[in-house]
Order: sequence, then structure tokens, then C-alpha cells
Amino acid sequence: MKKSLKKAVIAGVVLSLTVAVTACGSGGARSGSGSKKIELLNVSYDPTRELYESYNKAFAAYWKEKTGQEVTIKQSHGGSGKQSRSVIDGLDADVVTLALGYDIDAIQEAGLINEGWQSKYEHNSAPYTSTIVLLVRKGNPKGIKDWDDLIKDGVEVITPNPQTSGGARWNYLAAWEYAIHHNNGDEEQTKEFMKKLFANVPVLDTGARGATTTFVERGIGDVLIAWENEAMLSMKELGQDKFDIVYPSESILAEPPVAVVDDNVDKRGTREAAEAYLQYLYSEEGQTIAAENYYRPTLESVKEKYKDKFKDIKLYTIDEEFGGWAKAQKEHFSDGGIFDQIYTPGR
Amino acid sequence: MKAAAVPNRGILPGFGLTLGITIFYLSLVVLIPISALLFNSTGLTWGKFAEVATDPRVIASYKVSFLTAGAAALVDAVLGLLLAWVLVRYDFPGKNIFDSLVDLPFALPTAVAGVALTSIYAKTGWMGSWLAQLGIEVAFTPLGIIIALMFIGIPFVVRTLQPVLQELEADVEEAAATLGSGRVRTFFSVILPQLAPPLVTGFALAFARGIGEYGSVVFISGNMPLKTEIAPLLIMSKLERFDYAGATAVAIILLLISFLLLLGTNLLQRWIRKNAG
Repeated sequence: MKKSLKKAVIAGVVLSLTVAVTACGSGGARSGSGSKKIELLNVSYDPTRELYESYNKAFAAYWKEKTGQEVTIKQSHGGSGKQSRSVIDGLDADVVTLALGYDIDAIQEAGLINEGWQSKYEHNSAPYTSTIVLLVRKGNPKGIKDWDDLIKDGVEVITPNPQTSGGARWNYLAAWEYAIHHNNGDEEQTKEFMKKLFANVPVLDTGARGATTTFVERGIGDVLIAWENEAMLSMKELGQDKFDIVYPSESILAEPPVAVVDDNVDKRGTREAAEAYLQYLYSEEGQTIAAENYYRPTLESVKEKYKDKFKDIKLYTIDEEFGGWAKAQKEHFSDGGIFDQIYTPGR
Repeated sequence: MKAAAVPNRGILPGFGLTLGITIFYLSLVVLIPISALLFNSTGLTWGKFAEVATDPRVIASYKVSFLTAGAAALVDAVLGLLLAWVLVRYDFPGKNIFDSLVDLPFALPTAVAGVALTSIYAKTGWMGSWLAQLGIEVAFTPLGIIIALMFIGIPFVVRTLQPVLQELEADVEEAAATLGSGRVRTFFSVILPQLAPPLVTGFALAFARGIGEYGSVVFISGNMPLKTEIAPLLIMSKLERFDYAGATAVAIILLLISFLLLLGTNLLQRWIRKNAG
């Protein structure tokens, strides 16, 4: 009796371990491109959820018609940096569609994406773009028209922390780029400008959606620095009667890039479909879906169709203003970088 | 002789097997992850470690983390004692519901708690607007962090005290009363000494929970560097920038200080138990 109990306990432990081990291993059991059914995993960042929900349906229909193959696409969303780390740590992503090139560079450094990913697709591998705008309360009570209104006394600015949020880095760099143009390229004065701006920030949320909640639902702050698509989405969700979008005189061209995770698609044999998935984002249909979801299209014909929706302002790119993401990241957001200097006195 | 060949076994069988399983799972769930943190510190050199440890922003974040967690655990110790006392000693309608409510902070995702507390205590929220008139700001200040941590920590205190209170015989109090001591004196010299060890345990658990808490705090703290930025947030922020070495350094310091503090409370608890016994 006692022995059989012992056996049962051992069997139980062995069983529970086997289950745990097989559960970990079953992720790889996806079928290759030769079969009739295929599954892709798109690892993306937070605000693209609605965009890819519609795009995945469109792509599946297109792929079925073209090859006869059925493709289901799974989506994973989260903070851009966190998503990038998951892929590095082994999340089986076939494609990544993240908020900034730096996060894809990190996956490349881990050896999962081949070098030169950014020139693989048109427009720096950014099929759709966006920009940074200012969302204010209806009627614009504080009279905010441009970036320099944000450093005035008594103006509360809401923006997430650029050290925890990929999206917020665009906000920060947009303000920086304006300041440096209006201070004749003087870096010290620009730092002063940024210091004043961040002194007006009462809450540093960790992510872009959190900052939107703080501004929109909690009613804190006079102006929210936000991605254009997030600002437009807030307007749609919460009514046009509550907010106004203010376009600053100049801003930054936000280019959320896409890439195939070479290592994973080769292992799984999904390269063909994964590459087509990203390429189709540039098609008339893909571009229309992007525009419907408040991202700026890059295809001329679709651009023309939606030109009333997206206001034309002077936009600078990261490459021309900051010499690329790696450099911008190092100078501004690393430990002891300019953002740290804004906050930590004496460094 | 033959009896000597039998090793000195305990009365209950299966010690070897159960200890084996215990150690196995403890390793799998606790020891291996923590040692991985210590050893897999990608590129963490002594120089980098010292640099992180002396960074003013890092030091400020430790201060915020430990002070708010300590304050919240202290308040929880007092409130938790009161709550446990009421739940054990009195009968009232709806007591079962009340008792179950205590566990809710365990079940609720902490981020949800954080969002809810923030919307209540922000200047525009219904508690916050009222407190703002009195000149007290809660959300986006250390006070807000303390409130979030109190919410997270209170079940630890209540649930450690409850069984001990149940064991306390009412006749000891009655005897004290017969011998002429008043309510206050009875409480401080008869009841409190017996409650002190579980009270310290509850405090330590709530404190430890508060140091590592992330989800609820990031919403209510405002995350201002040098003011309301907690250490766990700094770790996340370093990871977000792929600074694994820096994140590991912050985590190791956090673990070390926490371990020392918890060791201290454990020793204190032992000492109390010995002296009270």
C-alpha cells in the first residue's frame, strides 16, 4: 500500500514535468510553406492593434487567392522595447512591426535578423508613417500653437518617459528638433528648452497609452504630446467636442519599421508568406487600411486620396536630424545621456 | 547489531522523497532564477556596478522604494491588527463577506488597483478633489505610492495575525481583569507580547511585497525621476534600453538590501519570541 502510494507520487511528479516540458516545446510545431495551412506571428507594439486586426483579414484573403494557401496571423502587442526583448529571448515571431528602428537593430544584434533589414523594403522599411502632434482641450484654452508654447509657465504637458517608452522617444526628439532649429543650433540653449519643457510635465507615464489615459480620462494637463494616429483615435473614441489637434509648425517623421525575423522564418519555412505579408503593406489595399487607421500612407495614389485627413507640415527624419537611431539613442537616452542631464543636476 | 543498520528515521515516513521534491521545486522556482540573475549579468563589471550604485537617480529611487514600502507596512501593521481583531473577536452580519474582502488585493491584478486608485486620488477624482481642497495632494506624490502599497500589503498582516488571535484564550484577559488591570494595561502587557511575533512577520511580508511592487505604483506615482521614481521602474527603464548590465546591478543592490532588512526582521522576531516565551 505504502509502496504504491510512493509510486503514485513519483508518477505524478514525472507526469507534471513531462507536461511542462512538452508544453514548452510545442511552439515549434507549425507547418511549413508547402502545406495548405500556415500560421504567422506578428510581434508589434501597442497602438497598432486595430490596424493589424483589419490588415490580417485582408492579407489572408489576398494570400488565399494568390497561392491557395490558408494563412492565419497571430498578433502580439506590448511596449515596443519589451516586444523586441521577447523576440530576442525566443518568442517565435515571423515578422516584427515595431515603433522604432532601434528596437529592430537590437534583434539584429542578437543575430536573428540579417544585416541591412532597413533597406529591404521601401521608405526605410516603414510602410506607413506618422508624426507627433499636440492634443489640447476643446477650444484650446491655453492658446497652444507651437512647441515653444509648451515651456510657458502654467502650462502642464503630458508625455510618457522616453526611457521607458519607445513612442515617447519620438515626442522628445520632435521637441528637441524644433528647439535646435529655433536656437541656431545651440545645444546648451536647446537643453535649457527641454529642461523647461520637462519641468512642466507633472506625470511621466511609462507608456503612450498610459499618458493618453492621464490626459483624456483623468483630465490632467493642458496638452498631450502624442502620435498623430493616437490623437486621432482619441478624438474618434471620445468625441470631437472634447479635444482639438494642434499641428506644430514642424515635427518629426515617425517611421515605425517592419522586418522579417530571418532566423525564425528559415527554421519554420515561412519566409515566402512572411515576406509577402510585409510587402503587401505597401499595396493599394494595405495602404488604405493604414490610412483608415490614422497612419500616414506612403503610396502616392493613396496619399492623394487621404490628403485632407493628414495635414501637410514640415517633417524631419531621424536620419537627417540625428544621424540615425543608434546615435540618437546613445546621445539622448542612455545613462548619463541628455535626458538624464535634464533631470539629474550636476552631471 | 541489526538495529544499528537501520538509520535513524523520523516517525513519519517519506522524508527523503519529500525533501527531494521540495528542494527540486525550490530550485526550479526560486533558486535557479535568482542565481541566474546573479551570474548572467551580461557585461556587469565592478566599475559598472559601482557607477550604477552611486548614481544619484538610482539612490533616490531606493530611498523612495524603501521609505514608502516601510511606511505602508507600518500603517498596515496597525490597521491590519485592528481588522484582524474585529474579524476574530466579534460577530456581526455580513462578517463572512467582510472576511473574504480582505483577500481581494491578492486576486486583483495590481495594475488594475493602480489605475483605480489613481482615478480616485487624482486631483480630478472624487477623493482627490476633496483632499486637494485641504491642500493634500495624493496622486503623483510619495503619499500616493504609500496608499497603493497599503492596499497591496494589508492582507499579509491580517492573514498572519488571524490564526494567532484565534488561539489567544479569552480567559487570560479575564484573569488579567480579575487581577485588577485595566483594558489598556491588559492590551499592552498581556495581548501585545503574544501578538508581536506574527505582527513582525506580517510587517515583513507587507514590506517585502512593497519593495518589489511595480504594477500598482507606476500609475499613481507619476514616475518623476529623483522624486517619485521607484527602483523597480528604473530596472524596467534600463531593460527597455537593452541595458541588461545596469538593470542587473540595480536588481542586485535591491535584493541585497531587501535580504538584509528581512534578515533583520526575522532576527527581531526570534528575539521577541524568546523574550516573550
